Amino acid sequence: MSILSIQNLSKRYGNTKALSNISLEIPRGSIFGLLGPNGAGKTTLIRIINQIIEADSGVILFNDSPLSPHHIAKIGYLPEERGLYKKMKVGDQLRYFAKLKGMPGPIANDKVQFWLKKLDILSWQEKRIDDLSKGMAQKVQFITTVIHEPELLILDEPFSGFDPVNAEIIRNEILELKEKGTTLVISTHRMESVEQLCDQIAMIYRSEKILDGRLRDIKQAFRPNQFQVQLKTDAPDALQYDPLRFEDGVAEFNVSLEGETTNEVLSRLMALGQVVGFKEILPTMEEIFIQQVKKHTHE
Amino acid sequence: MNKVWLVIQREYLSRVQKKSFLLATLLTPLIFPAIMGVFLWLATSDTDTDSLRIIEVVDENNMFFLESSDQYAFSFSRVDPEEGKRMVIDGERFGFLYIPKIELSQPTGITYFGEKNANMGLITLMESALKKRIEEQRLFQSGISPEVINAYRTDVSIRSITLDESGEEKITDATVNYTIGFLAGILIYVFIFLYGNQIMQGVIEEKSSRIIEILVSSIRPFQLMMGKIIGIGAVGLTQFLIWVVLIGTISSVVVGYFGMQMPQQQAFEMANADMGDVVVEQSGVQDLLQVISGIDFLKLVVTFTFYFLGGYLFYGAFFAAVGAAVDAPSEAQQFMFPVTIPLLIGYMGLFVFVLNDPNSQISFWLSIIPFTSPIGMMGRISYGVPFWELLLSMGLLVGGFFASTWLAAKIYRIGILVHGTKVSYKTLWRWLKSSH
Repeated sequence: MSILSIQNLSKRYGNTKALSNISLEIPRGSIFGLLGPNGAGKTTLIRIINQIIEADSGVILFNDSPLSPHHIAKIGYLPEERGLYKKMKVGDQLRYFAKLKGMPGPIANDKVQFWLKKLDILSWQEKRIDDLSKGMAQKVQFITTVIHEPELLILDEPFSGFDPVNAEIIRNEILELKEKGTTLVISTHRMESVEQLCDQIAMIYRSEKILDGRLRDIKQAFRPNQFQVQLKTDAPDALQYDPLRFEDGVAEFNVSLEGETTNEVLSRLMALGQVVGFKEILPTMEEIFIQQVKKHTHE
Repeated sequence: MNKVWLVIQREYLSRVQKKSFLLATLLTPLIFPAIMGVFLWLATSDTDTDSLRIIEVVDENNMFFLESSDQYAFSFSRVDPEEGKRMVIDGERFGFLYIPKIELSQPTGITYFGEKNANMGLITLMESALKKRIEEQRLFQSGISPEVINAYRTDVSIRSITLDESGEEKITDATVNYTIGFLAGILIYVFIFLYGNQIMQGVIEEKSSRIIEILVSSIRPFQLMMGKIIGIGAVGLTQFLIWVVLIGTISSVVVGYFGMQMPQQQAFEMANADMGDVVVEQSGVQDLLQVISGIDFLKLVVTFTFYFLGGYLFYGAFFAAVGAAVDAPSEAQQFMFPVTIPLLIGYMGLFVFVLNDPNSQISFWLSIIPFTSPIGMMGRISYGVPFWELLLSMGLLVGGFFASTWLAAKIYRIGILVHGTKVSYKTLWRWLKSSH
């Protein structure tokens, strides 16, 4: 079942198309990757979901009902461009954002304590953002997006701007939130960064959706049926394959399955020497993306 | 509505809790007495250091006498004019006044020599003394004795009384009305600029520190803008009220300390500076007190508060729109013209037209059109304004506030999300026209 159903969404800025006829289904409880280069239209789509701007046409259903202002409380948003009030105390700031999202005061207080403790910054409560290190401020920033316990959490480039330690903390928090049933949408142009996290992805290129589906299915579909082989041999020149590398008597090369099974290929290779490595080459999201873009622009 | 309240609270508390707010609020009422003190101190120390300036006077008629003052002493002698000039050049004398033989009916040829340009005060002092003496001499020559002249010297001051529709008579005083209009107009002008600027800075802060995107995902831009404008307005009102209370307390403490002498003396000085007669002085004080008690303070306070807030709200939205259109305060200058010019027109108009002739055609329009009415109307109010004009002006200001906010919100809503692009008036126009 989808928490968010986007149907035929379009948006133009003047003469430039930002989104053309985008349709997406975001399943409840999943981590959804919204992939595409900068300027593809990801942020526009996210802003429309957050009701910051309006679409020219199309429909968005949140839990099967049309998106409306009262859904704001159920959505959390970490924008790519983010900041905090520098002169405001950590605790006040978090309470303010929680209440703006519609959380009642006393509950907001409890949640502030909970999250500050969880991320190990409870003692910083009375400090102003000015006095915090960048890493600390990043943690506070993350709390502002999750404090009101949203059903849907939208993170725009969540790993850019965070230092590696904090990026790891956030990665763990994302997985924990998923465990608890939160649906996450992660938008990024760095496709490799979300490969291990996402269940589903959609690729957006020049305002259009060029691919979407379950990550595993996509990877399967784009398998080139190639294997990387490492073979110990004394006569590399006798191989019918061009070795990519020949080192310490081990030749490394790629084999394509052309109608054969892996066992058939292997037994043929075994005759040539000792097989020390045999691994399927899986495409990266980046490669799939480039392949799709090529296909798309040729059409 | 609940969210607007949250924003108002934040904007208000974040400013009121600052140390700089406390300092400005407590120190500003002390600045004016302090400046006056410095001037007084300078004035007294000035006469102390510059020892008495001696002016050599040669009077060929043997008729004039100039009384020495705090600053100038006059030494009469019969030196040769060339010798007199030499004394000035050598620095023995501050100046040299030469009075040749003159016809009383046509006194010409009186000359002053000084090393520096003579200041207006000195020339006026000498001129009036000589003039008085010549007049006395001529009256005396025509057979009127000096005693008679003194006995007939009279001072005249006109009591001005306005009649209102019910026929009630009220003593008015142009000086008092002028002062009230002047102070109220300037206060509103300064307030709009000061706090309008705070709105702009606040919007730029939220935009440049990129908090804005988080904010607008939780609250509508219009609510955010209104919350900010109202919150900052409340800060201004708080500050103003504290000033009123502080100044009131300080002055009543001062008055209590110096006894009742102080205000009487001040009142006397204000009423008429060169009156010597005790009886006239008494009536002057009474009149002034009557004038002050005749002012409808409730009406004044109510209208002032209305225009104070109305003017602020009318312009506040524009300041917010300007802040939203730029990335840094330094870029805001180019969009400030539409805000600054009408305010300046109101300010200049206050001095050039409204205070001089509150009932003229142009004063009327300045106090009706929302762009200038907060300043213009406050300049007129103490002189008395027909009720319908007040109502029209207030109504238009409220309407103007809705219109300005509606227009500014269109720019604000789009501007806050635009980063790093040069915005021109053309862009603003496009934003104004865009439907959503």
